[in-house]
Amino acid sequence: MRLNVNGTMHEVDVEPDMPLLWVLRDELGLTGTKYGCGIAQCGACTVWLGGEAMRSCQIPASDAEGAEITTIEGLGTPAALHAVQAAWVEGQVAQCGYCQSGQIMQAASLLTQIPNPSDAEIDEAMAGNLCRCGTYPRIRAAVHRAAQLMREG
Amino acid sequence: MSRIGKIARRSFLIGSAAIAGGVAFGLYAVRKTPENPLLAGLAPGELSFNPWVKITADRITLITPHADLGQGAMSMQALLIAEELDVDPAQVATEFGPPAAAYWNTALGAESAPFLPGDTGLAARATRGAMNAAFKLVGMQGTGGSSAVPDSFVKLRQAGAMARETLKRVAAQRHGVDVALLRSENGAVILPDGTAVPYTALAADAAQSDPVQEVPLRPDSDWRLIGKPMRRLDILPKSTGTQVYGIDLKVEGMVHAAVRLNPRRGVLLSHDATAAKAMRGVAQVLPIRDGVAVIADNTWRAMQAAQTVVCDWGRAPYPAEMADHWAAVEAGFDPAHLDKEWRADGDMDAGLTAAEVVSAEYRAPYLAHQPLEPLNAIVRYSEAETEVWTAHQLPRMLQDLVAGVTGQGSGQITLHNQFAGGSFGHRLEFDHVLRAAEIARQMPGTPVKLTYSREEDFAQDFTRPPGMARGRGTVANGQVQAVEIVTSGPSPSRSQLGRAGYSVPGPDNQLPAGIWNAPYAPAAFRVRAHAVEGLAPVSSWRSVGASLGGFFLESFLDELIHAAGADPMAERLRLCNDPVARGVLEAVAELSGWQGPSPAPGHGRGVALVQSFGVNVAEVVDVRMTDAGLRIDRVFCVADVGRVVDPVNIENQIQGAVIWGLGHAMNCEITYADGMSEQTNYDSHSGMRLDQCPEIVVRVLENAPEVRGIGEPPVPPAAPALANAIFAATGQRLREMPFGKFVDFA
Repeated sequence: MRLNVNGTMHEVDVEPDMPLLWVLRDELGLTGTKYGCGIAQCGACTVWLGGEAMRSCQIPASDAEGAEITTIEGLGTPAALHAVQAAWVEGQVAQCGYCQSGQIMQAASLLTQIPNPSDAEIDEAMAGNLCRCGTYPRIRAAVHRAAQLMREG
Repeated sequence: MSRIGKIARRSFLIGSAAIAGGVAFGLYAVRKTPENPLLAGLAPGELSFNPWVKITADRITLITPHADLGQGAMSMQALLIAEELDVDPAQVATEFGPPAAAYWNTALGAESAPFLPGDTGLAARATRGAMNAAFKLVGMQGTGGSSAVPDSFVKLRQAGAMARETLKRVAAQRHGVDVALLRSENGAVILPDGTAVPYTALAADAAQSDPVQEVPLRPDSDWRLIGKPMRRLDILPKSTGTQVYGIDLKVEGMVHAAVRLNPRRGVLLSHDATAAKAMRGVAQVLPIRDGVAVIADNTWRAMQAAQTVVCDWGRAPYPAEMADHWAAVEAGFDPAHLDKEWRADGDMDAGLTAAEVVSAEYRAPYLAHQPLEPLNAIVRYSEAETEVWTAHQLPRMLQDLVAGVTGQGSGQITLHNQFAGGSFGHRLEFDHVLRAAEIARQMPGTPVKLTYSREEDFAQDFTRPPGMARGRGTVANGQVQAVEIVTSGPSPSRSQLGRAGYSVPGPDNQLPAGIWNAPYAPAAFRVRAHAVEGLAPVSSWRSVGASLGGFFLESFLDELIHAAGADPMAERLRLCNDPVARGVLEAVAELSGWQGPSPAPGHGRGVALVQSFGVNVAEVVDVRMTDAGLRIDRVFCVADVGRVVDPVNIENQIQGAVIWGLGHAMNCEITYADGMSEQTNYDSHSGMRLDQCPEIVVRVLENAPEVRGIGEPPVPPAAPALANAIFAATGQRLREMPFGKFVDFA
């Protein structure tokens, strides 16, 4: 099976029903995408499939074949941050940080669809991403800040 | 017997004024400085001044032994050392360091003494001193009880100062100048002519020199770092998916393990693993205590295969049905179950007969920890040594317990502590690590990585204890007169430490936490805690006993104040007898613009003040009735921690703790049916989500006499403040959590 992850083609030998999450983490070593619940209740495993935020724990590997897969590692790097990551750093959002890859992928997806979201739109888009530490006030502020950074280019 | 066990004689001293054994024989050992664990690993030319600072020719390393569970402990510890060492925390290396007696917690022992934080009498001081001595004796290294900041605040600055002055003395000798003419800045000693001599260049000489011991700490006015916003050292990795947690670690030659454990915590009667063994990637299925482990070449394959093992489970060692748990808690009100009478001020019996008695009964459920990173550990066993990679809050006890599984000495167990994806008390527990050790013991030389599925993690969570309280009280002339709270429930300390092999002599001071230490002085005040045995195993859950006690007392007080016809804020202020707590209440009244509990039709405001871990925290919650249910609009929170280390991190911690308190009060409980937790994942125990999150306005005061930690104290006031707000908005008094059973939240 061939998977296109962050612009690179990878040949993997896995069962068709292995969730993309575990292919990324255990087969490709891309551990920025996190396992939290396995049932699409926490959002820690959020990646983009064809630019759309999805829960990788629910995507069988065979369904991801042929799609452009983007993970947190492909969004930006410590040396070249995506605007959402820059806003996350500036706002000191993370506590334990375990959910933040998923939060950032979800927020970045939201901002490609709605460049200047209202609080209500942020609430709707981000409600599926659980943060047990409770960084929600900072996430809201950082999404607004990221929108501003992206407008400023 | 293990090292800690030998010294402590299997008696752990939580909540007991009696210092069993320990202290009397230990005066010498108590005075003696524990050995610096960094000395053992030093290469020639490397230098360690003390257990927190290591300097080599190419780098400066700060050791930050308090576990980082997300609360920012690593950054905080580095900041405190750096304040006196004159380095930029972002420009030096940081490590958690090895488990060591030198890292004994200097704050946790005193906190465990059963005296009010404001009590500075002889008995209180003597007991705190003795508890501290006992913690030092056993080398009690631990992160918990909101103690990382109070433990670190002085000693880490001293460590930085000692290292700095030693380096300056070496530079003075080398360059033939008076040490008084030297400065230090950004990791270097500055000579009078402005030349910067890097600390790393002085390391080899300093290694030959005795460290300078007595160094006065800089006055507050000279602080460069304390009290100013710091960029967390982990913020970049945690914003880019590059932070490595235990669950992300790879060790050469590692295999993946998943377990099936008895969901009723009883025995495994029989099992059939035929299907699992035939599955792709599965290497073997191994028996472990009360369950089986599947070894595979991938986490998912191990978890999938574990699910196919057919298991015949034994019954639960506690009541199978939830109704029987509650019946046992209710039966605990019988006087025979009294654990201790914690407060008996004024003439309670006269008070309760003199006027009409107000009474009410409250319940708080079992709750799971469930940090987002599932429990995991890597263990590699060999005859000579066992290595463990996991995130843990009690490194030395972990060594002892792993040694018990592998049949080795504690010194043969190496722990590589990891960043944790949350804890909330979960990583004070050992069971998952011991399971990994049990598996690894059967596969010598092979690193075994055990990852719990979320479902397994829920099933095996050592939850918060459930509890009930009965309040009785009287009011007269518009004032609260007498308050009595009697609680009943299992002891978290006895259950938790019992699993680790320790007994807790004397009463558990977590049972009345948040009640007996309340900063109120009504005319009569009685607090009794009753303890119940035989229920499901329980543990410490963020803010521990105060998460129940704060709800009980602050809810009942609100009922009494309502019965008196008084204002919830004004009457609390009248009852408050602690100047620091009073300052917190006054500040939250001002911050929230308090003008009463019912600002407008359909709107309600509730207030609560709870002291826990020595910190007074007051919260005002605003709710509003909408077509979709109750909406929590805003929370105002004021806390007094004595001294703020980092104003940004403390705001984040307080907001998170408020959300933790509110979310679990709204929609979480663990209930048992057929001996098993009915909640198996976040779909039935989620806590708060972003769309329900209110605006949270925070103010931190610095009036308390001692520096305190903030991880837990903002949790307890959240639930009662919410319940009191709901009463103000709707007239409905919620006496049982979770509130979502009785009202809808928008």
